[in-house]
Amino acid sequence: MSATATAAAPLRLRGLAKSYDPAVAVAGLDLEVEAGTTCALLGPSGCGKTTTLRLIAGLEPPDAGEIAIGARILNGPGVSVAPERRRIGMVFQDYALFPHLDVAGNVGYGLGRKPDRGRIAEVLELVGLAGDAGRPVHELSGGQQQRVALARALAPTPDLILLDEPFSNLDAGLRDRLRQEVREILTEARVTTLFVTHDQAEALSIAESIAVMREGRIEQTGTPEEIYSRPASRWVARFLGEIEVVPGEAADGRVDCELGSLAADHGVSGAVDVLIRPESIAIGISGPEGAANAEVVGRRFYGHDQLVELRLASGHTVRSRRLGFPAWHPGDRVRAWVDGPTDVLPRERARDVAPVG
Amino acid sequence: MEGLGGTAPSGPRVPGLGLGWVLGRRRPPAPLLAAGIVVGAAAMLPAAYLLIVVAGDLGPALEVAFDADTALLVARTLGLAAAVTATAIAIALPVGWLTVRTDLPARRLWTTLLTLPLVIPSYVGAYLFVAALGPNGLLQDLLGVEQLPSIYGFAGAWLVLSLFTYPLVLLPVRSTLRRLDPQLEDAARAMGRTPTETFRSVVMPQLWPALAVGGLLVALYVISDFGAVSIMRFDTITNELYLTYKSSFDRTAAAGLGAVLVVLMLLALWLNSRIRNARATHRLGPGPARPPRAYPLGRWRWPALAGCGLLALAALVLPVAVLVYWSTKGISAGSTTIEFAAGLAANSLMTGVGAAIFGALAALVLAVLVGRFPSPLSRALERLGHAGFALPGIVVALALVFFATRAAPALYQTLTMLIFALTVHYLPLAIGPIGASLAQVSPRVEEAARGLGRGPIEVFRSITVPLVRGGILAGAALVFLHAVKELPATLILAPIGFETLATEIWTQTSFGFYEASAIPSLILLAIAAPPLYLLSERGTVTA
Repeated sequence: MSATATAAAPLRLRGLAKSYDPAVAVAGLDLEVEAGTTCALLGPSGCGKTTTLRLIAGLEPPDAGEIAIGARILNGPGVSVAPERRRIGMVFQDYALFPHLDVAGNVGYGLGRKPDRGRIAEVLELVGLAGDAGRPVHELSGGQQQRVALARALAPTPDLILLDEPFSNLDAGLRDRLRQEVREILTEARVTTLFVTHDQAEALSIAESIAVMREGRIEQTGTPEEIYSRPASRWVARFLGEIEVVPGEAADGRVDCELGSLAADHGVSGAVDVLIRPESIAIGISGPEGAANAEVVGRRFYGHDQLVELRLASGHTVRSRRLGFPAWHPGDRVRAWVDGPTDVLPRERARDVAPVG
Repeated sequence: MEGLGGTAPSGPRVPGLGLGWVLGRRRPPAPLLAAGIVVGAAAMLPAAYLLIVVAGDLGPALEVAFDADTALLVARTLGLAAAVTATAIAIALPVGWLTVRTDLPARRLWTTLLTLPLVIPSYVGAYLFVAALGPNGLLQDLLGVEQLPSIYGFAGAWLVLSLFTYPLVLLPVRSTLRRLDPQLEDAARAMGRTPTETFRSVVMPQLWPALAVGGLLVALYVISDFGAVSIMRFDTITNELYLTYKSSFDRTAAAGLGAVLVVLMLLALWLNSRIRNARATHRLGPGPARPPRAYPLGRWRWPALAGCGLLALAALVLPVAVLVYWSTKGISAGSTTIEFAAGLAANSLMTGVGAAIFGALAALVLAVLVGRFPSPLSRALERLGHAGFALPGIVVALALVFFATRAAPALYQTLTMLIFALTVHYLPLAIGPIGASLAQVSPRVEEAARGLGRGPIEVFRSITVPLVRGGILAGAALVFLHAVKELPATLILAPIGFETLATEIWTQTSFGFYEASAIPSLILLAIAAPPLYLLSERGTVTA
């Protein structure tokens, strides 16, 4: 698929800011997306994700800051490139297909007045719609429309693809399948991609890097594994999934807490919070040395798994996510220990207490 | 902040410029804004100039306005408007119910037949009425009698206007009845109400907005009607205004009467909004799950059919039959040549198409401004675009005559002025459908096109215009339909020697030459029917 490959270039945002008086949508945002990789901009609704995307696409002028793709500056001091000259492909949340054009008409729109039929066929092949070139877009299913939108964005071999909540209009089963397909398509096209989502599972499953956004700023960037297992703040930790916070005491690369003695970075010492995902808390009738005594006080059964609520000797409660079998019941006396990655942060600061939006 | 302007799609915010909020967050491109200001100013010109004339000669103008004769004319005008509106509702309500909610045989056919009288302008209807029943008319011919009872005056004007305006109520009533949730009626019946009580307590309240809209259109039509009342020799403000203008050169008196007419129109609009707000109904819960149920008519079927038949006969079949009768008589007598009629038709088409094109363009400018660059200024310009709605055609024409004679003598009695008048007068009709179809197009679609490498003008051409084409056509068709039928404005503003179908019909009828009026009338109906059909297919018929 040589024709779909672009000279991949990195995206760079510096101090990007935009406010709609009086609300501040984007507050001095810095972000880099490596050439040819897919980055998820993840955050709760209203955090400024979509505004960031619209600023990059040139659909809104920023108040301040710089946007550059490779060496090309799109917004900066004295520079503001019009949207049609940015070489950026955008896939909108509602796809924004042209209802008066057929599939080929939509895909060929970005290829100029006399589009290259070969290129249209090639891109349609890439998204698996080779036989649908002549169909009117309103006849297509939601998933097919989404692929047309992606093909349309890819056709002019843009330097960057932006996707705005691309899977939010699809039902759960289709969403899962399309995520994988889109990931494969983007990998094959080797195009730098930034996509916006509020769905943690989506960000974790498709992106090569994730930027977690909160109140107009980037809270943390990293690989999905880093973000999930080593969140930079309790807020990020909670936003990415259920998390238990257990108080501990750190010294010399170890941290002692009620669930045992765990490895920790050498840099931390003193009073800390240990962040543990429920699936990293194991329970059993007997346990390894250092395991805590606990009592089962509640249980929610989800079929494939169960969430078991435990009360530790101190009265502190934590949750453990286990496979659905065997079943645990309130009243069971068990041993609980940590079996998986944990993260250690200095004892809670006020800002981090805020609930996940 | 500095330097971010460049080629950005919308300019940067300019701090410190106090009037920035007037232009909104997204600045419209300067040429579009300039076009919008031109359109708004043009639409406002007749009303503003009328105001200037009245204010400049306030004493005499007020004297005319508060004259005892004027008061009588106002009473006659309002009396006729009230009578016709009540009659139109009395006709439209049962016909609407019969054609939507009963098992009346051939409902579709009745719907078409009973909507069609809308294409017959009131002055053609009045002319046909006189040509059939008046002195030397068809009936007198057939009966061979010397004299018939007079048909002129209030009764004639009331009958003619009622017969040709009731479709203005029928259309909104039908569309409301079709959207009513039949489950509400079922609920009322289940709670022990009889069908009659159910109609009164459940259906009628929901019909009020439709009756108010339709009734307003009828009332505005009657207040601004010139042709029918003139032919039926019933004096209202409108034809008195015309006579005052024509007979004397007392422009102040005419302006004073025009101001009274505008006040009546505004009064009707105000009354309508009061009724509509007081009776506003909202649907609770999801939309109707089932189509409305058809009530069986039983033995009432035959009276219902007879009623519909009689109406179709009076409002459509007889007028067309009379028209055909006089046309054949006219052709055999050689009183109208085909070349002459074709010339009239060409003139009508030229003015109609001209007004339709400019009206649609002006409406598109306003719709894009208010739909894509919302700001206090855009909204104000769009509202100004509706100013022509509050002025009867005759007042628009009069105001423009004042304007031309005082400020632009070169434009006086030119085709440009005539088309300008028709455009600003009927512009509001085009704003509705064009604005509605633009609202259907998501701005995301246009942004997607920008991102694919096309500039704003190219995006407008290749994406926006094709998507709102239906609305543009509907708006243009509405303006065309009304512009070709417009009588008083054409009479006042047409260049000397420039006759259209409408002016020819009026001239010949006022001399009692029925044969000579017949062919132009028939051509006018033939021209007006296709756009009306197009519009009724789209379901966007208004006025």
